[in-house]
Amino acid sequence: MSETTGGVEFDEDSAGVVKKFMFVNRKAPYGTVYALEGLEVVLISAAFDQDVSMVFMDDGVYELIKGQHTKSINVKNFSPTYRALEGYDIEKLYVDKESMDMRGLTVDNLIVPVEVLTAAEMGELMDQQDVVISF
Amino acid sequence: MKFGIMVNEGPYTHQATDTAYMFAKAALEKGHEVPRVFFYHDGVNNSSSLTDPPQDDRNIVNRWSKLAEDHGVDLVVCVAAAMRRGITEGNLAAGFRISGLGQLVEAGIQADRLVVFGD
Repeated sequence: MSETTGGVEFDEDSAGVVKKFMFVNRKAPYGTVYALEGLEVVLISAAFDQDVSMVFMDDGVYELIKGQHTKSINVKNFSPTYRALEGYDIEKLYVDKESMDMRGLTVDNLIVPVEVLTAAEMGELMDQQDVVISF
Repeated sequence: MKFGIMVNEGPYTHQATDTAYMFAKAALEKGHEVPRVFFYHDGVNNSSSLTDPPQDDRNIVNRWSKLAEDHGVDLVVCVAAAMRRGITEGNLAAGFRISGLGQLVEAGIQADRLVVFGD
């Protein structure tokens, strides 16, 4: 990234600072733009060499579901992008167990390897983060 | 404390933008710093100079512009989200600038807290 900051107070060099960024995805992949635009932020964060993790909960677990066909709703199927995350060194993907159970899903239904966490475990993980952004 | 703020919803439709503004204002009045507010999703509509609310309603866009003028807050609108929604340099309100998502990540890195307002 070679963007100028133009910032008022954010003018010190942030190079070398590594924070724990967690992106929490809570929305279905289609129907609203949150999942798609959220993914764009995740990809940009990779360019800043941060410690990035992603969480999928509530209807957000559907973002990772296999067999997405979007032709009939005239929007792009962006689910292959999740498989490309590994290439950006974004490999910490977590799904919420209750959200999966409620929707009758197992990890076999998902397009990428994930770690399944209970709500309590997820809470602990969130507590360890520096920055949590939810979509 | 140094706060970064992210606004993810449009003005008038959603409370998030009002709450974000009031949070920023309160933080500044308490002596904290708010170096940057980043506008994403429909939040980019907060920067449209074309809004013209009724006289007896709050003017959300002008309110942000004044915050930038009074306190030097850097109001950054995501370029990709802005282009999708018809926000350009031509209709950008005073005090705002259009830039990339890197500005959001940078705010997360450099602020003590990044506070997200939206659904």
